[in-house]
Amino acid sequence: MLLLLLGIVILHIAALVLLFVSTIVNAWTTGSTSSSDLWNNCSTTNGGYHCAPANTGEWIQAVQALMILSIIFSFISLFLFFCQLFTLQKGGRFFLTGVFQIFASLFVMSGAVIYTVMSPTWVHGSEAFGWAYIIAWVAFPLALISGLIYVILRKRE
Amino acid sequence: MLTILALASVILLGIVPQQSEAIVIYTGWERHALVGSDIRLSCSFFSWRWTSDDVTFSWSYRADGARDSIYVFHYTGGAPYVDNKGPFRDRLEFVGNPGRRDGSILLKNLDYGDNGTFTCDAKNPPDIVGRASSVRLLVFEKVPIQAGVITGAIIGAVLGLLVLVVVIYYLMRFLVARRVFNLSVSKHGKKGKGKEGSQQRQ
Repeated sequence: MLLLLLGIVILHIAALVLLFVSTIVNAWTTGSTSSSDLWNNCSTTNGGYHCAPANTGEWIQAVQALMILSIIFSFISLFLFFCQLFTLQKGGRFFLTGVFQIFASLFVMSGAVIYTVMSPTWVHGSEAFGWAYIIAWVAFPLALISGLIYVILRKRE
Repeated sequence: MLTILALASVILLGIVPQQSEAIVIYTGWERHALVGSDIRLSCSFFSWRWTSDDVTFSWSYRADGARDSIYVFHYTGGAPYVDNKGPFRDRLEFVGNPGRRDGSILLKNLDYGDNGTFTCDAKNPPDIVGRASSVRLLVFEKVPIQAGVITGAIIGAVLGLLVLVVVIYYLMRFLVARRVFNLSVSKHGKKGKGKEGSQQRQ
């Protein structure tokens, strides 16, 4: 039982860490001389490495907001999990925890989808997607699975 | 005790202005405007002295990429002098109120060539030591959305919705509990709270 609990918490924290890393690291699209993400467009030119704030368009701000919201909801879900662990009756379900985690996964998915569709407008078409973008896509199923486990799980003893 | 306190505060107020006699000038940091529109560049100052009759305001302009600046406005001896030869001739107007420490100017019909830094310098004799303050003017074809506005709006809206849902949930629980209470009382008799409860429901 304790092992199961530990496993679930580790899964949740892993999804949370992936969300954090994906939001912060500057590697959503990478080219040979430049990298850009939700916050900065950095490139190495003749003069050295310099960064300009990412295009302040509407869509990239929406992606920023969705990623931050997914982190917030995942945090709230973790907090609610520990609350419900001690206050739930025997046989009860971690419904609220699961709902928040599923919302977090939906936000990550919509953020990544919007970024995929709109990225030609703010980065060069020839640039490839970077690893932070891939991590965002990996965080989505992890968070979804974690949320579903919470919804299905029943509290024992 | 109180008189000592009053005396001390009067002495301090008398001493402090002598030591911190520097004029502090306030302008904006950056101003955005559309091509063809007008913009008001505000300038005001703080000084420990009363506003003197010899108060002066000067505005100078340095274009983006230029190395030196030119003066475009000067107010002295109670009269404003606007630019009549430079880049802003016929486009500059004084809209400030020197008596109220306001030395703002109005620029009309902006163009892309007006991008640059405007510096306001004010002097309130004998309070003349101070730093001029600069405001950067950016002229756009279309005013861009500032970074973070939409981000903040979306996050605020979703979290606000969450808080609203939680509040409504607890409110409903509270109301249902009260309704149950009223129902059980009105069954026993139509006095006091029972009557109140049925009146409330209607």
